[in-house]
Amino acid sequence: MKSLQELAAIREKMKDKVSLREGVNDIRVVVGMATCGISAGARPVLNTLVEEVAKEGLSGAVTVTQTGCIGICQFEPVVEVFQGGKEKITYVKMTPVKAKRVVAEHLKGGKPVEEYTIGNVKA
Amino acid sequence: MIRAHVLVCGGTGCTSSNSPAIAEAMEKELAAKGLADEIKVVRTGCFGLCALGPVMIVYPDGTFYSKVTVGDVPEIVEEHLLKGRPVTRLVYDEAADKDTHGVTSLSDTAFYKKQMRLALRNCGVINPEVIDEYIALDGYMALGKVLTEMKPVDVIQLMKDSGLRGRGGAGFPTGTKWDFAAKSVSDKKYVVCNADEGDPGAFMDRSILEGDPHAVIEAMAIAGYAIGADEGYIYVRAEYPIAIKRLEIAIAQAREYGLLGKDIFSTGFNFDIQLRFGAGAFVCGEETALLTSIEGKRGEPRPRPPFPAVKGLFGQPTIINNVETLANIPQIILKGAKWFNSIGTEKSKGTKVFALGGKITNTGLVEIPMGTTLREIIYDIGGGIPNGKKFKAAQTGGPSGGCIPASHLDTPIDYDSLISIGSMMGSGGLIVMDEDNCMVDIAKFFLEFTVDESCGKCTPCRIGTRKMLEILEKITSGNGEDGDIEKLEELAYSIKASALCGLGQTAPNPVLSTLRYFRDEYEAHVYEKRCPAGQCKALARITIDPEKCKGCTLCAKICPVGAISGTVKNPHVIDQSKCIKCGACMEKCKFGAISKA
Repeated sequence: MKSLQELAAIREKMKDKVSLREGVNDIRVVVGMATCGISAGARPVLNTLVEEVAKEGLSGAVTVTQTGCIGICQFEPVVEVFQGGKEKITYVKMTPVKAKRVVAEHLKGGKPVEEYTIGNVKA
Repeated sequence: MIRAHVLVCGGTGCTSSNSPAIAEAMEKELAAKGLADEIKVVRTGCFGLCALGPVMIVYPDGTFYSKVTVGDVPEIVEEHLLKGRPVTRLVYDEAADKDTHGVTSLSDTAFYKKQMRLALRNCGVINPEVIDEYIALDGYMALGKVLTEMKPVDVIQLMKDSGLRGRGGAGFPTGTKWDFAAKSVSDKKYVVCNADEGDPGAFMDRSILEGDPHAVIEAMAIAGYAIGADEGYIYVRAEYPIAIKRLEIAIAQAREYGLLGKDIFSTGFNFDIQLRFGAGAFVCGEETALLTSIEGKRGEPRPRPPFPAVKGLFGQPTIINNVETLANIPQIILKGAKWFNSIGTEKSKGTKVFALGGKITNTGLVEIPMGTTLREIIYDIGGGIPNGKKFKAAQTGGPSGGCIPASHLDTPIDYDSLISIGSMMGSGGLIVMDEDNCMVDIAKFFLEFTVDESCGKCTPCRIGTRKMLEILEKITSGNGEDGDIEKLEELAYSIKASALCGLGQTAPNPVLSTLRYFRDEYEAHVYEKRCPAGQCKALARITIDPEKCKGCTLCAKICPVGAISGTVKNPHVIDQSKCIKCGACMEKCKFGAISKA
């Protein structure tokens, strides 16, 4: 790119994808994949999420992506679900089995799996 | 002789939930067990934790029981007051606290609410391997702004006005450093990022590199423009493979977009970055040793002055900034100096990232405004000390830092106040210690580390720290003698005064600060041959109380070395010369007759 305008154009295009505003129906799922997350087993969780989202035919509305350190070591692997206009949901101590359920009940069914969220799991 | 106090809350809230009956039951139970002369029940005013009532605290250990019922009293007496084992099911547990209970979002936890994430703003939000996501959150806008709207002097002035200081630990004002390098005349200058994070228990820089690598790259380009450099190096340790991979991806993407390379934003400014890997030498985090290492030589420090800003990498003017320092810069450019220096304290602006470790409930990475107290970090954000243990000290600044005792828990965290109490900010490792930690042992641990990592170039550090370690080993193995503590101090001050680089000059700090606040522990080791925390194995004494021993012989049967002798129904004794301090007898004893001191 050769100008600030080009940079600004990318920013405008990407903004809605990264920070979901109210009224955007898309779902963004991020998996903590810093050293801590990976060593706690985040990779199979991410793989399962990607596979299940594809299997359920949700790929159009749900983005699954990796991210850095969320900062809560003892709860890794951590998965956070962002949805426009809703409070984000933090799932902790995730496993591939739990990830399947999150895709089926939360991403597809629209109902968060409360028992896997941060306030309901012992560190 | 009172050996313990049981505090029962007599505040209105707890009284309404039956605390007077609990205090009464406690007194009755203690009398029945013949402990009335040793343990005192105290009815106190409100603890302020009414939701957890009835509340009970047992001193000297400070165990905090919540929601106690009359039915729990016999168990507390039997298990805790008689046998010294806290009743864990009643110990207050923050995780079960209703603050967090039922919360489904991290943003609503106490751990998160007190934080202010600037350096970590994108960590856990964006995908670090996709440059577009960084750009979506204003990435590279700051670089665009300085190149198209600002002169280098304005950038430096902005940095000075912001009050940003080095986050690697020393706290040198970043703007001033840049100014020195900008004023050095040369046609070749360098920007170096110090990502050789080596303090035990510190992983802030790693998390930033893994979570937001572009922030560091963008800041280095801004620094290059400010001082007139066209080349940058990131010196990152090879033990961070994921950080390295993401930096490589980020650099490649930035080049592809033309945000690194020639003629950035068509302004004629050129800047590119290369990576250099450290091979695990702690001393290479010291700036002059780091430069020597990038040059391809053995990583040894050089005397300063000349400072790197005058004569640095390959003899050219160079600035070296830490990862976290750089991560703050793009936002300072975009939001202005005023925004940044409105956060924090008078002389320490902005936030600081800490890696919480050790005896703390919520281990993890936190970012707080400067001036937050240690108490808030440990109790509000960190969730306090697990297992109802008592806080003893927090170690900041790693092997160069010191420890902060309970009496200084309300010290605001900033560069100057930490130095005034004999510790230092350091890079951000914060290790919490409880009553079970022996401070002499902790000092020994850090000194072992520095002795290992000393590069050997200068005598005070090479020989001095080893001599100090030998004395500490002598003290912890029970062979300490009169004069050892004084010798340690003398060595410490002469090493501080004469070592060549920061590693050696600060190596004695853990010893000096533990001596300052926990001299009694050193003295107990040397003069009484006793380790108050029961950590130093050589000094531990396991003894049988003849009053409590019923002569059941279980301990003698379990002892692996046959150190226990005695006849049935008569008190047994432990032969200290044979005992290996394994503690097997203590677990077997049904009468709480065996104790470790």
